[in-house]
Amino acid sequence: MSNENIPVLEMQNVEKHFGGVHAIDNFSLKLEKGQIHGLIGPNGAGKTTIFNNITGIYAPDSGKILLNGQDITGSKPYKVAQLGIGRTFQNIRLFSNLSVLDNVVIASNLDASYNLPQAFFKTRKYKEREKFLAEKAIDLLDVVGLADKVNEKASSLPYGHQRKLEIARAMALDPKLLLLDEPAAGMNEEESLDLVNFVHQIRERFDITILMIEHHMDVVTGLCDFCTVLNFGKTIATGTPAEVKSNPEVIKAYLGGAD
Amino acid sequence: MFLQQLVTGISVGGIYALLATGYSLIYSLLDFSNWAHGEFAMVGAYVAIVFSTFVNIPFLPAALLGIAGGALISYGCEKVTYRRIRRNGAPNMFLMIAAMGLSNMFQQAANLIFSGQYRSYPFKLPVSTIKIGTAYIGVLDIISLVITAVVIVILVYLINKTQFGLNVRAISCNAYAAKVLGVKVDKSIAQVFLLAGGLAGVAGILYGMKYNVFPTMGNVGLKAFIASVIGGLGSVPGAIVGAIILGILETLVSGYISSSLRDLFSFTLLIVLLLVKPSGLFGVDVQDKA
Amino acid sequence: MLEFLNDINAQFCGFLGINSYMQGVIVMVCINVIAVLGMSILTGFTRLFSFGNAGFMSIGAYTAAILTVEFNVNFLIAIVLGAFFAGLIAYLLGSITLRLKGDYFLITCLGFGECVRVLFNYTKDITGGSAGYPGIPNYSNMLFCVVCVVLAFFLAWRLIHSKYGRNLTAIRENELAAEAVGVDAFRFKRMSFTVSAIYAGWAGALYAGYLMYIVPSSFNLAKSCELITTTVIGGLGSLTGSVLGAVIVTVLPEIFRSLSNYRMLIYSFAVIVIIMFKPSGLYGYREFSIKRFCRGVKKYFFLAVNFFRNFGRKKVTEAGEEESNK
Repeated sequence: MSNENIPVLEMQNVEKHFGGVHAIDNFSLKLEKGQIHGLIGPNGAGKTTIFNNITGIYAPDSGKILLNGQDITGSKPYKVAQLGIGRTFQNIRLFSNLSVLDNVVIASNLDASYNLPQAFFKTRKYKEREKFLAEKAIDLLDVVGLADKVNEKASSLPYGHQRKLEIARAMALDPKLLLLDEPAAGMNEEESLDLVNFVHQIRERFDITILMIEHHMDVVTGLCDFCTVLNFGKTIATGTPAEVKSNPEVIKAYLGGAD
Repeated sequence: MFLQQLVTGISVGGIYALLATGYSLIYSLLDFSNWAHGEFAMVGAYVAIVFSTFVNIPFLPAALLGIAGGALISYGCEKVTYRRIRRNGAPNMFLMIAAMGLSNMFQQAANLIFSGQYRSYPFKLPVSTIKIGTAYIGVLDIISLVITAVVIVILVYLINKTQFGLNVRAISCNAYAAKVLGVKVDKSIAQVFLLAGGLAGVAGILYGMKYNVFPTMGNVGLKAFIASVIGGLGSVPGAIVGAIILGILETLVSGYISSSLRDLFSFTLLIVLLLVKPSGLFGVDVQDKA
Repeated sequence: MLEFLNDINAQFCGFLGINSYMQGVIVMVCINVIAVLGMSILTGFTRLFSFGNAGFMSIGAYTAAILTVEFNVNFLIAIVLGAFFAGLIAYLLGSITLRLKGDYFLITCLGFGECVRVLFNYTKDITGGSAGYPGIPNYSNMLFCVVCVVLAFFLAWRLIHSKYGRNLTAIRENELAAEAVGVDAFRFKRMSFTVSAIYAGWAGALYAGYLMYIVPSSFNLAKSCELITTTVIGGLGSLTGSVLGAVIVTVLPEIFRSLSNYRMLIYSFAVIVIIMFKPSGLYGYREFSIKRFCRGVKKYFFLAVNFFRNFGRKKVTEAGEEESNK
């Protein structure tokens, strides 16, 4: 990186309304390189809407989103992905009928720099690229511990493995920023602990910045350097997990929001 | 001349509306356009033919049996085919393919059973016209228009004022929430198929009175499909408006330009409209949730 | 050149003893296979649904016919141009309509197909209208069509098994996820739509050269439905399945002549049953492989052998009662 102090992701006063509802209200965020940042908040606080704004599924009504200083506000989802933002989904979205390997290979199709005639005649370039893609995918699957399942159908994997496959798929984009939408959803304590280690590994190995939505407080404490707490689209607290946990506003939102 | 065309157009549009509302009702519940809907009309029309010509009972009860036939076949398709495909959790395209299969199957079956010939009801049709101002308006058009209007008023009443209608509207907003709140979703869907099939039966008989009964008459369902798309899929008022617009357009094009170019104009209208309003006149644009 | 090819074909068929009736059946199979391959790429691999493919067939057919008859263009060039023109139209149409969702896209396709037919009917001066367009040279001989099928299958296979095909299947499986990994869904859908139209146009051009006489009504909605039906029977997501489907659908009514009146009835019924119970069709999501085929044959062979062995043994035991305790 030429310029160290440009944040990987910067959101400036982003707003999104649905009808009269302020799904996100004047939201700002800065992510430094290598950070793991958590987004927490009760249901309907606008966390996933923030993800959808970053990844271009919705265009924000106002505000700016910058990736490494480049304006990506309102870009199409595929463009955002190509620029280097990988994501996972709250309810897993794999290519269910395809093999585990293909799931990852598809995500690295940007590396497949051959054209149609080359594919028709299977030229050396085609073979080289395809070999490279397969090797890259197997490497990634090795990292997430699915290397022995490359030929299985994605939908046949157990739930925890599907989550990991989704992360491997996102990593195949060589992203600068990884967005994880509730990676620990539906996991028990042991599995969550496993996930914490796993995400740490990924960050170490790929030197990546991560923004995650999470409900499990142990996961957040175990992983995040900083976190932002949202309620009804508004930021109510930011800081380290320990700071946030003792913030009276946050306690009120969680306890008061329950009734 | 123009007034005459207009009345014919509205009366044709009325027949389309009877079918188009069926498309819309089903689409609003299942996000699926029931391709076989036109064939339900055809089945209804043939049931009426069978009872009025082969069994020799008076036309009115035969017509009622025809409507019942349309309703039952629609109900049967839902019970036997669509419900099962939905339970498989299959994508909506599969419902569409199954509907196409059903449509072809009914058409072929009618062709084999009744052969391709045109049949008409033994009922003496009033071919006379009424003179209004300078225009001659067919009595049949007026009868058809009145029946259509009555049926549609009943339909609107059912949807807006009864428990059944409330359930249907609830499911179309959010099927899952409706189910949690105790609406019997499958039962309501089946009722809607029954109702839509009955409407199709009425349309089939009116269409048969106007243009005779033949195996491929179910293709009128295509027109109704276009009408419901113009109005916005899933919107009942939209379907009615779309159907009337389409009926008038078709009659005017046939009358003033060329009847062979009729479909060209309808489809061009459709495509242009969709380019301007991608969800039709009254349709709601739903966004995929991540 | 045409005479030369027809000559080779005649000699070849004479050598193998294929009579002209059989040749006709094979040509029709080839034409259907090509059209169904296009449909398969669109419906089976991209999960887009088009009722307009008969329209693209007619564009290919009329382009090739008019070029060969009016302009004396070489038939090879005419076929290529016919397919290309169908593809071009699909590209333009897709650019507009592929942004529409689900059924809205579907109805525009259907409308397009019907419009094309109405237009060909209406432009009597150019196309002969509903009276038909006669006098097309008979360039679709059996050998040539078989070569076309092999080429079409080869190209489709390579396309599907490259990054392009992978992107299409990604869109089929989950469009949102495909976009999230950098697949430009709109572009690839348009590609799929265009390729499918090229195949349809190709098939149409061959059809014109085989019948030597075309009418707009042979490219109606029923034809589009038939293409979809065949694709579903063959299996969504399998090229070899599509070939098999097209062969079965075309050949069966020739074998069972008495049933040919019931053919669409039976096929429609088959489609409903397949969609209800085994939506993947004959070969869904899998390709025919010699290995699997051999394995299957072996399995059934051993089953059969065992069956007959046991069958024999049973008789023995019944007679002798000796081996039953072993």
